[in-house]
Amino acid sequence: MRELYSQLKQLFPLGELTEQRQDLAFVTVPQEHLRSLLLHLRDREGFTHLVLLTAVDWLEDNIFQLTYLLTNREQQRTLGLRVMLPRDAATMQSIHDIWPTAATYQRELREMFGIAFPDSPRVDEEFILEGWIDIPPYRRDFDTLKYAEENYSQRPGRVTHDPAEHMKQKLYPGGT
Amino acid sequence: MTDHAPLFTPDRSQYPAHKADGTLDIDLASGKYLKLWQGPNHPGITGNMSVELTVCGDEVVEGKVHVGYLHRGFEKLMERRTYIQCFPIVCRICVPEPDFNEYCYAAAVEELAGIKSPERSDWIRTLILEMGRINSYMMYLGGQAGSLGLGVIAQWTTYVRDLMLDRFEELTGARIYHMFILPGGVRDGLPEGFEKRMEETLREMESTMQDVYEVMFCNAVFKKRTVGVGYIDPALLDSYGVTGPNARAAGVAKDVRKDHPYLVYPELDFEPVIGHDSDIYTRADVRRRDVLVSIDLVRQILAKMPRSGPLMASVPNVLHWKIPRGETYVRGECSRGEYGYYLVADGSGYPRRVNVRGPSYTHAMTLLERLIVNISISDVASLMVSLHTYPPEIER
Repeated sequence: MRELYSQLKQLFPLGELTEQRQDLAFVTVPQEHLRSLLLHLRDREGFTHLVLLTAVDWLEDNIFQLTYLLTNREQQRTLGLRVMLPRDAATMQSIHDIWPTAATYQRELREMFGIAFPDSPRVDEEFILEGWIDIPPYRRDFDTLKYAEENYSQRPGRVTHDPAEHMKQKLYPGGT
Repeated sequence: MTDHAPLFTPDRSQYPAHKADGTLDIDLASGKYLKLWQGPNHPGITGNMSVELTVCGDEVVEGKVHVGYLHRGFEKLMERRTYIQCFPIVCRICVPEPDFNEYCYAAAVEELAGIKSPERSDWIRTLILEMGRINSYMMYLGGQAGSLGLGVIAQWTTYVRDLMLDRFEELTGARIYHMFILPGGVRDGLPEGFEKRMEETLREMESTMQDVYEVMFCNAVFKKRTVGVGYIDPALLDSYGVTGPNARAAGVAKDVRKDHPYLVYPELDFEPVIGHDSDIYTRADVRRRDVLVSIDLVRQILAKMPRSGPLMASVPNVLHWKIPRGETYVRGECSRGEYGYYLVADGSGYPRRVNVRGPSYTHAMTLLERLIVNISISDVASLMVSLHTYPPEIER
Protein backbone atom coordinates (compact mmCIF):
# COMPACT_ATOMS: atom_id res chain seq x y z
CA MET A 1 0.00 0.00 0.00
CA ARG A 2 2.96 2.33 0.70
CA GLU A 3 4.13 1.91 -2.89
CA LEU A 4 0.73 2.85 -4.30
CA TYR A 5 0.60 5.81 -1.93
CA SER A 6 3.94 7.18 -3.10
CA GLN A 7 2.85 6.85 -6.72
CA LEU A 8 -0.41 8.63 -6.06
CA LYS A 9 1.34 11.31 -4.02
CA GLN A 10 3.22 12.38 -7.12
CA LEU A 11 -0.05 12.98 -8.94
CA PHE A 12 -2.38 14.23 -6.22
CA PRO A 13 -1.91 16.34 -3.08
CA LEU A 14 -2.74 13.65 -0.52
CA GLY A 15 -2.65 13.73 3.28
CA GLU A 16 -0.84 11.23 5.47
CA LEU A 17 -1.49 7.54 4.87
CA THR A 18 -3.05 5.60 7.77
CA GLU A 19 -2.31 1.90 7.39
CA GLN A 20 -4.95 0.15 9.43
CA ARG A 21 -4.15 -3.36 8.21
CA GLN A 22 -1.97 -4.83 5.54
CA ASP A 23 -4.94 -4.80 3.17
CA LEU A 24 -6.66 -1.60 4.39
CA ALA A 25 -5.49 2.01 4.46
CA PHE A 26 -7.07 5.45 4.68
CA VAL A 27 -5.90 8.71 3.16
CA THR A 28 -7.28 12.25 3.14
CA VAL A 29 -7.93 13.92 -0.21
CA PRO A 30 -8.76 17.57 -0.98
CA GLN A 31 -12.36 17.91 -2.11
CA GLU A 32 -11.51 19.22 -5.58
CA HIS A 33 -9.20 16.28 -6.40
CA LEU A 34 -11.54 13.50 -5.38
CA ARG A 35 -13.17 12.81 -8.74
CA SER A 36 -9.93 12.64 -10.68
CA LEU A 37 -8.41 10.40 -8.00
CA LEU A 38 -11.44 8.07 -8.07
CA LEU A 39 -11.23 7.80 -11.84
CA HIS A 40 -7.49 7.16 -11.65
CA LEU A 41 -7.94 4.44 -9.03
CA ARG A 42 -10.80 2.80 -10.93
CA ASP A 43 -9.28 2.90 -14.40
CA ARG A 44 -5.54 2.61 -13.72
CA GLU A 45 -5.16 0.88 -10.38
CA GLY A 46 -7.96 -1.69 -10.49
CA PHE A 47 -10.04 -0.29 -7.60
CA THR A 48 -13.26 -1.08 -9.44
CA HIS A 49 -15.55 -1.85 -6.51
CA LEU A 50 -17.11 1.00 -4.52
CA VAL A 51 -17.73 -0.73 -1.20
CA LEU A 52 -19.51 2.13 0.51
CA LEU A 53 -19.83 5.88 0.78
CA THR A 54 -20.69 7.33 4.16
CA ALA A 55 -20.17 10.34 6.39
CA VAL A 56 -18.85 10.98 9.88
CA ASP A 57 -19.89 14.12 11.75
CA TRP A 58 -16.99 15.77 13.62
CA LEU A 59 -19.21 18.37 15.24
CA GLU A 60 -16.50 19.76 17.52
CA ASP A 61 -14.26 20.51 14.51
CA ASN A 62 -17.22 21.75 12.44
CA ILE A 63 -16.50 19.30 9.61
CA PHE A 64 -18.12 16.33 7.90
CA GLN A 65 -15.85 13.51 6.85
CA LEU A 66 -16.98 11.68 3.73
CA THR A 67 -15.46 8.22 3.38
CA TYR A 68 -15.25 6.54 -0.04
CA LEU A 69 -14.15 2.94 0.36
CA LEU A 70 -12.75 1.24 -2.75
CA THR A 71 -11.52 -2.32 -3.23
CA ASN A 72 -9.13 -3.91 -5.67
CA ARG A 73 -10.23 -7.54 -5.67
CA GLU A 74 -7.29 -8.89 -7.62
CA GLN A 75 -4.73 -7.45 -5.23
CA GLN A 76 -6.93 -7.95 -2.16
CA ARG A 77 -6.60 -4.41 -0.86
CA THR A 78 -8.99 -1.69 0.17
CA LEU A 79 -8.39 2.04 0.20
CA GLY A 80 -10.52 4.53 2.11
CA LEU A 81 -10.56 8.10 0.79
CA ARG A 82 -11.49 10.76 3.34
CA VAL A 83 -12.82 14.11 2.20
CA MET A 84 -13.33 16.85 4.79
CA LEU A 85 -16.21 19.26 4.18
CA PRO A 86 -17.16 22.32 6.23
CA ARG A 87 -20.39 21.55 8.08
CA ASP A 88 -21.97 24.88 7.25
CA ALA A 89 -21.37 24.56 3.47
CA ALA A 90 -21.61 20.82 3.00
CA THR A 91 -21.73 20.35 -0.76
CA MET A 92 -19.95 17.63 -2.66
CA GLN A 93 -19.69 16.64 -6.31
CA SER A 94 -21.74 13.63 -7.27
CA ILE A 95 -19.99 10.46 -8.45
CA HIS A 96 -23.09 8.67 -9.77
CA ASP A 97 -21.62 8.81 -13.28
CA ILE A 98 -18.57 6.83 -12.09
CA TRP A 99 -20.53 4.29 -10.02
CA PRO A 100 -24.32 4.41 -10.60
CA THR A 101 -24.83 2.77 -7.23
CA ALA A 102 -23.37 5.89 -5.55
CA ALA A 103 -26.66 7.68 -6.26
CA THR A 104 -28.34 5.70 -3.48
CA TYR A 105 -25.60 6.50 -0.98
CA GLN A 106 -25.77 10.18 -1.89
CA ARG A 107 -29.52 10.22 -1.48
CA GLU A 108 -29.16 8.79 2.00
CA LEU A 109 -26.40 11.26 2.95
CA ARG A 110 -28.53 14.15 1.70
CA GLU A 111 -31.40 13.04 3.89
CA MET A 112 -29.55 11.89 6.99
CA PHE A 113 -26.68 14.41 7.14
CA GLY A 114 -27.95 17.24 4.93
CA ILE A 115 -24.96 17.04 2.60
CA ALA A 116 -25.84 18.36 -0.86
CA PHE A 117 -24.91 16.42 -4.00
CA PRO A 118 -26.09 18.61 -6.90
CA ASP A 119 -27.09 16.70 -10.06
CA SER A 120 -27.27 13.32 -8.35
CA PRO A 121 -30.39 11.48 -9.61
CA ARG A 122 -33.46 11.79 -7.35
CA VAL A 123 -31.25 13.13 -4.58
CA ASP A 124 -33.98 15.34 -3.15
CA GLU A 125 -36.63 12.61 -3.05
CA GLU A 126 -37.41 11.12 0.33
CA PHE A 127 -35.39 7.95 0.88
CA ILE A 128 -36.08 6.53 4.33
CA LEU A 129 -37.79 9.34 6.22
CA GLU A 130 -41.25 10.64 5.36
CA GLY A 131 -42.30 14.23 5.93
CA TRP A 132 -39.20 15.01 8.01
CA ILE A 133 -38.95 18.71 8.93
CA ASP A 134 -36.34 18.65 11.73
CA ILE A 135 -32.58 18.92 11.20
CA PRO A 136 -31.07 15.88 9.43
CA PRO A 137 -31.22 13.17 12.11
CA TYR A 138 -27.76 11.61 11.76
CA ARG A 139 -26.06 14.91 12.56
CA ARG A 140 -24.47 14.88 16.00
CA ASP A 141 -26.45 17.91 17.14
CA PHE A 142 -29.73 16.08 16.62
CA ASP A 143 -30.77 14.85 20.06
CA THR A 144 -32.73 11.61 19.73
CA LEU A 145 -33.85 11.56 23.37
CA LYS A 146 -35.17 15.14 23.24
CA TYR A 147 -36.95 14.41 19.96
CA ALA A 148 -38.59 11.31 21.41
CA GLU A 149 -39.71 13.14 24.55
CA GLU A 150 -41.23 15.99 22.52
CA ASN A 151 -42.99 13.83 19.95
CA TYR A 152 -44.03 10.68 21.74
CA SER A 153 -45.72 10.03 25.07
CA GLN A 154 -45.44 7.19 27.54
CA ARG A 155 -48.11 4.53 27.50
CA PRO A 156 -50.64 5.31 30.31
CA GLY A 157 -50.12 3.19 33.40
CA ARG A 158 -46.44 2.63 32.75
CA VAL A 159 -44.33 2.79 35.90
CA THR A 160 -40.56 3.09 36.03
CA HIS A 161 -38.74 1.73 39.07
CA ASP A 162 -35.28 2.39 40.35
CA PRO A 163 -33.81 -1.14 40.04
CA ALA A 164 -32.01 -1.11 43.41
CA GLU A 165 -35.03 0.22 45.32
CA HIS A 166 -37.41 -2.11 43.50
CA MET A 167 -35.39 -5.24 44.30
CA LYS A 168 -35.02 -4.14 47.91
CA GLN A 169 -38.80 -3.77 48.20
CA LYS A 170 -39.42 -7.15 46.57
CA LEU A 171 -36.87 -9.02 48.63
CA TYR A 172 -37.53 -7.28 51.94
CA PRO A 173 -41.15 -6.02 51.81
CA GLY A 174 -41.14 -5.18 55.49
CA GLY A 175 -38.14 -2.98 55.13
CA THR A 176 -35.87 -5.15 57.30
CA MET B 1 -28.66 -25.26 -18.26
CA THR B 2 -25.39 -23.58 -19.18
CA ASP B 3 -25.25 -23.54 -22.96
CA HIS B 4 -27.93 -21.06 -23.93
CA ALA B 5 -27.54 -17.39 -24.68
CA PRO B 6 -29.50 -15.00 -22.48
CA LEU B 7 -32.97 -14.67 -23.93
CA PHE B 8 -33.48 -11.17 -22.77
CA THR B 9 -31.40 -8.06 -22.34
CA PRO B 10 -33.01 -4.96 -20.83
CA ASP B 11 -33.32 -2.28 -23.44
CA ARG B 12 -35.41 0.77 -22.80
CA SER B 13 -34.81 2.35 -26.21
CA GLN B 14 -38.21 1.10 -27.40
CA TYR B 15 -40.02 2.67 -24.49
CA PRO B 16 -41.22 6.13 -23.61
CA ALA B 17 -39.21 9.02 -24.94
CA HIS B 18 -36.99 10.95 -22.59
CA LYS B 19 -37.55 14.57 -21.62
CA ALA B 20 -34.74 17.11 -21.81
CA ASP B 21 -33.85 16.48 -18.14
CA GLY B 22 -33.37 12.75 -18.79
CA THR B 23 -36.55 11.53 -17.10
CA LEU B 24 -39.10 9.41 -18.94
CA ASP B 25 -41.93 11.17 -20.72
CA ILE B 26 -44.86 9.29 -19.28
CA ASP B 27 -48.31 10.85 -19.58
CA LEU B 28 -50.61 8.93 -17.28
CA ALA B 29 -53.62 10.82 -18.63
CA SER B 30 -53.03 9.28 -22.06
CA GLY B 31 -54.42 5.99 -20.77
CA LYS B 32 -51.45 4.14 -22.17
CA TYR B 33 -49.67 3.86 -18.85
CA LEU B 34 -50.77 2.88 -15.39
CA LYS B 35 -49.19 3.30 -11.97
CA LEU B 36 -49.13 0.08 -9.99
CA TRP B 37 -47.89 -0.19 -6.42
CA GLN B 38 -46.56 -3.46 -5.09
CA GLY B 39 -45.80 -3.51 -1.40
CA PRO B 40 -44.90 -2.72 1.29
CA ASN B 41 -45.92 -6.29 2.10
CA HIS B 42 -44.46 -7.66 -1.06
CA PRO B 43 -44.39 -11.30 -2.14
CA GLY B 44 -40.87 -10.80 -3.45
CA ILE B 45 -39.24 -9.63 -0.25
CA THR B 46 -38.51 -10.87 3.25
CA GLY B 47 -39.57 -7.70 5.01
CA ASN B 48 -41.22 -4.48 3.97
CA MET B 49 -40.37 -2.69 0.79
CA SER B 50 -42.48 -1.44 -2.08
CA VAL B 51 -41.98 -0.86 -5.76
CA GLU B 52 -43.83 1.82 -7.67
CA LEU B 53 -44.29 0.40 -11.14
CA THR B 54 -45.32 2.23 -14.27
CA VAL B 55 -46.76 -0.34 -16.63
CA CYS B 56 -47.78 -0.36 -20.26
CA GLY B 57 -50.06 -3.34 -20.70
CA ASP B 58 -48.47 -5.99 -18.49
CA GLU B 59 -44.97 -4.76 -19.15
CA VAL B 60 -43.03 -2.60 -16.71
CA VAL B 61 -41.58 0.57 -18.22
CA GLU B 62 -40.28 2.10 -15.01
CA GLY B 63 -39.84 0.95 -11.43
CA LYS B 64 -38.97 2.96 -8.34
CA VAL B 65 -38.06 1.29 -5.08
CA HIS B 66 -39.38 2.75 -1.84
CA VAL B 67 -37.88 1.78 1.51
CA GLY B 68 -38.17 3.14 5.03
CA TYR B 69 -40.89 0.93 6.46
CA LEU B 70 -38.41 -0.72 8.84
CA HIS B 71 -36.14 2.18 9.74
CA ARG B 72 -35.16 1.95 13.38
CA GLY B 73 -32.14 4.23 13.36
CA PHE B 74 -29.67 1.64 14.66
CA GLU B 75 -26.61 3.51 13.46
CA LYS B 76 -27.73 6.61 15.35
CA LEU B 77 -28.72 4.64 18.44
CA MET B 78 -25.26 3.10 18.61
CA GLU B 79 -23.62 6.51 18.85
CA ARG B 80 -25.32 6.95 22.23
CA ARG B 81 -24.43 3.53 23.60
CA THR B 82 -21.26 2.02 25.00
CA TYR B 83 -19.49 -0.58 22.90
CA ILE B 84 -20.97 -3.47 24.83
CA GLN B 85 -24.46 -1.94 24.76
CA CYS B 86 -24.28 -1.96 20.96
CA PHE B 87 -23.64 -5.70 20.95
CA PRO B 88 -27.28 -6.79 21.54
CA ILE B 89 -28.50 -4.21 19.01
CA VAL B 90 -26.48 -5.14 15.95
CA CYS B 91 -28.01 -8.57 15.32
CA ARG B 92 -31.40 -6.93 14.86
CA ILE B 93 -30.23 -5.18 11.71
CA CYS B 94 -30.82 -8.34 9.67
CA VAL B 95 -33.42 -10.77 10.92
CA PRO B 96 -32.89 -13.87 8.76
CA GLU B 97 -29.09 -13.87 9.05
CA PRO B 98 -28.16 -11.84 12.14
CA ASP B 99 -24.80 -13.45 12.90
CA PHE B 100 -22.84 -11.44 10.35
CA ASN B 101 -23.70 -8.28 12.21
CA GLU B 102 -22.35 -9.80 15.42
CA TYR B 103 -19.19 -11.03 13.76
CA CYS B 104 -18.40 -7.85 11.80
CA TYR B 105 -19.11 -5.61 14.78
CA ALA B 106 -17.08 -7.77 17.16
CA ALA B 107 -14.16 -8.03 14.72
CA ALA B 108 -14.16 -4.26 14.11
CA VAL B 109 -14.17 -3.48 17.84
CA GLU B 110 -11.43 -6.05 18.48
CA GLU B 111 -9.28 -4.60 15.73
CA LEU B 112 -9.51 -1.03 16.99
CA ALA B 113 -9.03 -2.13 20.60
CA GLY B 114 -6.06 -4.35 19.73
CA ILE B 115 -7.65 -7.59 20.94
CA LYS B 116 -7.07 -10.98 19.34
CA SER B 117 -9.91 -13.47 19.68
CA PRO B 118 -8.82 -16.99 20.72
CA GLU B 119 -8.44 -19.62 18.00
CA ARG B 120 -11.20 -21.85 19.36
CA SER B 121 -13.68 -18.97 19.30
CA ASP B 122 -12.77 -18.30 15.65
CA TRP B 123 -13.75 -21.88 14.77
CA ILE B 124 -17.05 -21.52 16.59
CA ARG B 125 -17.68 -18.17 14.89
CA THR B 126 -17.11 -19.77 11.49
CA LEU B 127 -19.45 -22.62 12.42
CA ILE B 128 -22.19 -20.17 13.39
CA LEU B 129 -21.77 -18.11 10.23
CA GLU B 130 -22.07 -21.21 8.05
CA MET B 131 -25.13 -22.43 9.96
CA GLY B 132 -26.68 -18.98 9.48
CA ARG B 133 -25.85 -19.06 5.78
CA ILE B 134 -27.66 -22.38 5.35
CA ASN B 135 -30.71 -20.99 7.17
CA SER B 136 -30.76 -17.86 5.07
CA TYR B 137 -30.63 -19.92 1.87
CA MET B 138 -33.49 -22.09 3.13
CA MET B 139 -35.62 -18.99 3.50
CA TYR B 140 -34.56 -17.84 0.06
CA LEU B 141 -35.36 -21.15 -1.67
CA GLY B 142 -38.83 -21.17 -0.12
CA GLY B 143 -39.40 -17.58 -1.25
CA GLN B 144 -38.09 -18.14 -4.75
CA ALA B 145 -40.28 -21.17 -5.29
CA GLY B 146 -43.25 -19.50 -3.59
CA SER B 147 -43.03 -16.47 -5.89
CA LEU B 148 -43.81 -18.83 -8.78
CA GLY B 149 -46.52 -20.82 -7.05
CA LEU B 150 -44.48 -23.78 -5.73
CA GLY B 151 -45.67 -23.39 -2.16
CA VAL B 152 -44.62 -26.85 -1.02
CA ILE B 153 -40.92 -26.03 -1.32
CA ALA B 154 -41.28 -23.33 1.32
CA GLN B 155 -42.84 -25.89 3.67
CA TRP B 156 -39.93 -28.29 3.22
CA THR B 157 -37.22 -25.66 3.58
CA THR B 158 -38.94 -24.11 6.58
CA TYR B 159 -38.96 -27.54 8.20
CA VAL B 160 -35.22 -28.11 7.79
CA ARG B 161 -34.52 -24.52 8.73
CA ASP B 162 -36.38 -25.22 11.94
CA LEU B 163 -34.11 -28.19 12.61
CA MET B 164 -31.11 -25.90 12.22
CA LEU B 165 -32.77 -23.40 14.57
CA ASP B 166 -32.88 -26.24 17.12
CA ARG B 167 -29.09 -26.58 16.75
CA PHE B 168 -28.76 -22.82 17.18
CA GLU B 169 -30.91 -23.00 20.28
CA GLU B 170 -28.82 -25.66 21.95
CA LEU B 171 -25.58 -23.90 20.99
CA THR B 172 -26.51 -20.30 21.78
CA GLY B 173 -29.74 -20.47 23.80
CA ALA B 174 -31.71 -18.56 21.17
CA ARG B 175 -33.30 -19.35 17.85
CA ILE B 176 -33.26 -16.10 15.85
CA TYR B 177 -31.16 -13.44 17.58
CA HIS B 178 -28.29 -15.42 19.04
CA MET B 179 -26.15 -12.68 20.63
CA PHE B 180 -23.34 -15.18 20.84
CA ILE B 181 -20.39 -13.59 19.04
CA LEU B 182 -19.31 -10.73 21.26
CA PRO B 183 -16.18 -8.57 21.19
CA GLY B 184 -13.38 -10.78 22.49
CA GLY B 185 -14.70 -14.21 21.52
CA VAL B 186 -17.86 -16.28 21.88
CA ARG B 187 -20.06 -16.95 24.88
CA ASP B 188 -19.72 -20.74 25.12
CA GLY B 189 -18.37 -23.93 23.57
CA LEU B 190 -20.28 -26.77 21.93
CA PRO B 191 -22.76 -28.66 24.12
CA GLU B 192 -22.37 -32.40 24.77
CA GLY B 193 -23.40 -34.54 21.76
CA PHE B 194 -23.78 -31.50 19.47
CA GLU B 195 -21.81 -33.07 16.62
CA LYS B 196 -24.07 -36.12 16.45
CA ARG B 197 -27.27 -34.10 16.40
CA MET B 198 -25.79 -31.71 13.86
CA GLU B 199 -24.91 -34.63 11.59
CA GLU B 200 -28.52 -35.84 11.74
CA THR B 201 -29.73 -32.36 10.82
CA LEU B 202 -27.27 -32.12 7.93
CA ARG B 203 -28.40 -35.49 6.54
CA GLU B 204 -32.02 -34.40 6.73
CA MET B 205 -31.05 -31.21 4.95
CA GLU B 206 -29.20 -33.04 2.19
CA SER B 207 -32.18 -35.26 1.63
CA THR B 208 -34.47 -32.22 1.43
CA MET B 209 -32.09 -30.48 -0.97
CA GLN B 210 -32.32 -33.48 -3.30
CA ASP B 211 -36.10 -33.23 -3.17
CA VAL B 212 -35.91 -29.49 -3.79
CA TYR B 213 -33.68 -30.12 -6.80
CA GLU B 214 -36.08 -32.60 -8.33
CA VAL B 215 -39.29 -30.71 -7.64
CA MET B 216 -38.11 -27.14 -8.15
CA PHE B 217 -35.07 -27.12 -10.42
CA CYS B 218 -36.29 -29.87 -12.75
CA ASN B 219 -39.77 -28.36 -12.90
CA ALA B 220 -40.77 -27.23 -16.40
CA VAL B 221 -42.82 -24.29 -15.13
CA PHE B 222 -40.02 -23.08 -12.89
CA LYS B 223 -37.53 -23.30 -15.74
CA LYS B 224 -39.82 -21.57 -18.18
CA ARG B 225 -40.42 -18.68 -15.79
CA THR B 226 -36.80 -18.20 -14.73
CA VAL B 227 -34.40 -19.14 -17.51
CA GLY B 228 -33.30 -16.01 -19.34
CA VAL B 229 -35.31 -13.68 -17.07
CA GLY B 230 -33.67 -11.04 -14.86
CA TYR B 231 -30.34 -11.14 -16.65
CA ILE B 232 -27.49 -9.20 -14.99
CA ASP B 233 -24.81 -8.20 -17.46
CA PRO B 234 -21.41 -9.15 -15.96
CA ALA B 235 -20.12 -5.75 -17.11
CA LEU B 236 -22.47 -4.14 -14.58
CA LEU B 237 -21.18 -5.99 -11.54
CA ASP B 238 -18.66 -3.43 -10.36
CA SER B 239 -20.53 -0.31 -11.34
CA TYR B 240 -23.62 -1.53 -9.50
CA GLY B 241 -21.77 -2.97 -6.49
CA VAL B 242 -23.02 -6.51 -7.12
CA THR B 243 -21.46 -9.14 -4.84
CA GLY B 244 -22.13 -12.65 -3.57
CA PRO B 245 -24.26 -15.22 -5.42
CA ASN B 246 -25.67 -12.51 -7.73
CA ALA B 247 -22.12 -11.93 -9.00
CA ARG B 248 -21.09 -15.58 -8.91
CA ALA B 249 -24.10 -16.52 -11.06
CA ALA B 250 -22.67 -14.13 -13.67
CA GLY B 251 -19.44 -16.11 -13.76
CA VAL B 252 -17.32 -13.91 -11.47
CA ALA B 253 -15.93 -15.75 -8.45
CA LYS B 254 -16.52 -12.90 -5.99
CA ASP B 255 -16.43 -14.47 -2.55
CA VAL B 256 -15.04 -12.60 0.46
CA ARG B 257 -14.15 -15.95 2.05
CA LYS B 258 -11.58 -16.42 -0.73
CA ASP B 259 -10.82 -12.83 -1.76
CA HIS B 260 -10.18 -11.49 1.73
CA PRO B 261 -9.91 -14.61 3.94
CA TYR B 262 -11.08 -14.18 7.53
CA LEU B 263 -11.60 -16.38 10.59
CA VAL B 264 -10.56 -19.98 9.78
CA TYR B 265 -11.61 -20.09 6.12
CA PRO B 266 -7.99 -20.47 4.91
CA GLU B 267 -7.90 -23.82 6.73
CA LEU B 268 -11.08 -25.10 5.07
CA ASP B 269 -11.25 -26.79 1.71
CA PHE B 270 -13.90 -25.31 -0.59
CA GLU B 271 -14.35 -23.54 -3.89
CA PRO B 272 -16.84 -20.73 -4.58
CA VAL B 273 -19.86 -21.90 -6.56
CA ILE B 274 -20.04 -20.32 -10.00
CA GLY B 275 -22.79 -20.05 -12.60
CA HIS B 276 -22.69 -18.54 -16.07
CA ASP B 277 -26.09 -17.47 -17.32
CA SER B 278 -26.75 -14.76 -14.76
CA ASP B 279 -30.51 -15.21 -14.86
CA ILE B 280 -32.99 -16.06 -12.09
CA TYR B 281 -32.54 -19.81 -12.60
CA THR B 282 -28.77 -19.64 -12.37
CA ARG B 283 -28.87 -17.49 -9.25
CA ALA B 284 -31.20 -19.99 -7.60
CA ASP B 285 -28.98 -22.86 -8.67
CA VAL B 286 -25.83 -21.17 -7.35
CA ARG B 287 -27.51 -20.80 -3.97
CA ARG B 288 -28.73 -24.39 -3.98
CA ARG B 289 -25.20 -25.63 -4.61
CA ASP B 290 -23.85 -23.16 -2.05
CA VAL B 291 -26.02 -24.86 0.58
CA LEU B 292 -24.22 -28.12 -0.17
CA VAL B 293 -20.85 -26.35 0.15
CA SER B 294 -21.91 -24.92 3.52
CA ILE B 295 -23.06 -28.35 4.72
CA ASP B 296 -19.62 -29.67 3.83
CA LEU B 297 -17.96 -26.73 5.59
CA VAL B 298 -19.93 -27.38 8.79
CA ARG B 299 -18.70 -31.00 8.72
CA GLN B 300 -15.12 -29.87 8.14
CA ILE B 301 -15.30 -27.37 10.99
CA LEU B 302 -16.68 -29.93 13.43
CA ALA B 303 -13.97 -32.40 12.41
CA LYS B 304 -11.05 -29.97 12.61
CA MET B 305 -11.91 -27.56 15.42
CA PRO B 306 -10.00 -27.69 18.71
CA ARG B 307 -12.03 -29.08 21.59
CA SER B 308 -10.29 -27.19 24.35
CA GLY B 309 -8.83 -23.76 24.86
CA PRO B 310 -10.10 -20.32 25.85
CA LEU B 311 -13.27 -18.94 24.30
CA MET B 312 -12.83 -15.32 25.32
CA ALA B 313 -9.85 -13.02 25.18
CA SER B 314 -9.17 -10.75 28.10
CA VAL B 315 -11.17 -7.56 27.56
CA PRO B 316 -11.27 -4.44 29.74
CA ASN B 317 -14.17 -3.72 32.08
CA VAL B 318 -16.90 -3.25 29.48
CA LEU B 319 -18.63 -0.57 31.53
CA HIS B 320 -15.58 1.70 31.23
CA TRP B 321 -14.25 0.50 27.90
CA LYS B 322 -12.71 3.32 25.87
CA ILE B 323 -11.34 2.56 22.41
CA PRO B 324 -8.52 4.62 20.90
CA ARG B 325 -9.23 6.94 18.00
CA GLY B 326 -9.21 5.16 14.65
CA GLU B 327 -11.32 3.75 11.87
CA THR B 328 -11.61 0.38 10.19
CA TYR B 329 -13.71 -1.69 7.84
CA VAL B 330 -14.39 -5.38 8.45
CA ARG B 331 -16.16 -7.56 5.91
CA GLY B 332 -17.53 -11.07 5.55
CA GLU B 333 -19.34 -13.11 2.90
CA CYS B 334 -22.95 -13.51 3.97
CA SER B 335 -25.54 -15.43 1.97
CA ARG B 336 -26.32 -12.33 -0.11
CA GLY B 337 -22.85 -10.96 -0.70
CA GLU B 338 -20.39 -8.66 1.01
CA TYR B 339 -21.47 -7.63 4.50
CA GLY B 340 -19.31 -5.06 6.22
CA TYR B 341 -19.00 -2.73 9.18
CA TYR B 342 -17.25 0.62 8.98
CA LEU B 343 -16.46 1.64 12.54
CA VAL B 344 -15.01 4.97 13.65
CA ALA B 345 -13.80 5.40 17.22
CA ASP B 346 -12.97 8.79 18.73
CA GLY B 347 -11.23 7.70 21.92
CA SER B 348 -14.37 7.85 24.06
CA GLY B 349 -16.51 5.02 25.42
CA TYR B 350 -19.00 5.38 22.54
CA PRO B 351 -18.57 4.70 18.83
CA ARG B 352 -18.38 7.90 16.82
CA ARG B 353 -19.93 6.26 13.77
CA VAL B 354 -21.03 2.78 12.78
CA ASN B 355 -21.99 2.25 9.16
CA VAL B 356 -23.39 -1.05 8.03
CA ARG B 357 -22.78 -2.13 4.46
CA GLY B 358 -25.50 -4.65 3.64
CA PRO B 359 -25.48 -6.21 0.18
CA SER B 360 -29.18 -5.51 -0.25
CA TYR B 361 -28.39 -1.80 -0.24
CA THR B 362 -26.94 -1.96 -3.72
CA HIS B 363 -28.87 -4.97 -5.04
CA ALA B 364 -32.36 -3.77 -4.17
CA MET B 365 -32.07 -0.13 -5.11
CA THR B 366 -30.15 0.91 -8.23
CA LEU B 367 -29.72 -2.61 -9.60
CA LEU B 368 -33.36 -3.65 -9.19
CA GLU B 369 -34.58 -0.37 -10.71
CA ARG B 370 -32.53 -1.16 -13.78
CA LEU B 371 -33.44 -4.84 -14.07
CA ILE B 372 -37.14 -4.33 -13.54
CA VAL B 373 -37.55 -2.42 -16.81
CA ASN B 374 -39.14 -4.39 -19.69
CA ILE B 375 -40.18 -7.40 -17.64
CA SER B 376 -43.71 -8.62 -17.14
CA ILE B 377 -45.64 -7.70 -13.98
CA SER B 378 -45.89 -11.39 -13.15
CA ASP B 379 -42.08 -11.69 -13.07
CA VAL B 380 -41.50 -8.79 -10.69
CA ALA B 381 -41.80 -10.90 -7.54
CA SER B 382 -39.47 -13.66 -8.72
CA LEU B 383 -36.92 -11.10 -9.94
CA MET B 384 -36.95 -9.38 -6.55
CA VAL B 385 -36.52 -12.66 -4.68
CA SER B 386 -33.72 -13.69 -7.01
CA LEU B 387 -31.65 -10.71 -5.84
CA HIS B 388 -32.13 -12.02 -2.27
CA THR B 389 -33.01 -8.79 -0.56
CA TYR B 390 -33.49 -8.15 3.14
CA PRO B 391 -34.82 -4.58 3.52
CA PRO B 392 -33.72 -4.07 7.18
CA GLU B 393 -30.11 -3.83 6.07
CA ILE B 394 -30.99 -1.09 3.56
CA GLU B 395 -32.39 1.30 6.13
CA ARG B 396 -30.67 0.08 9.33
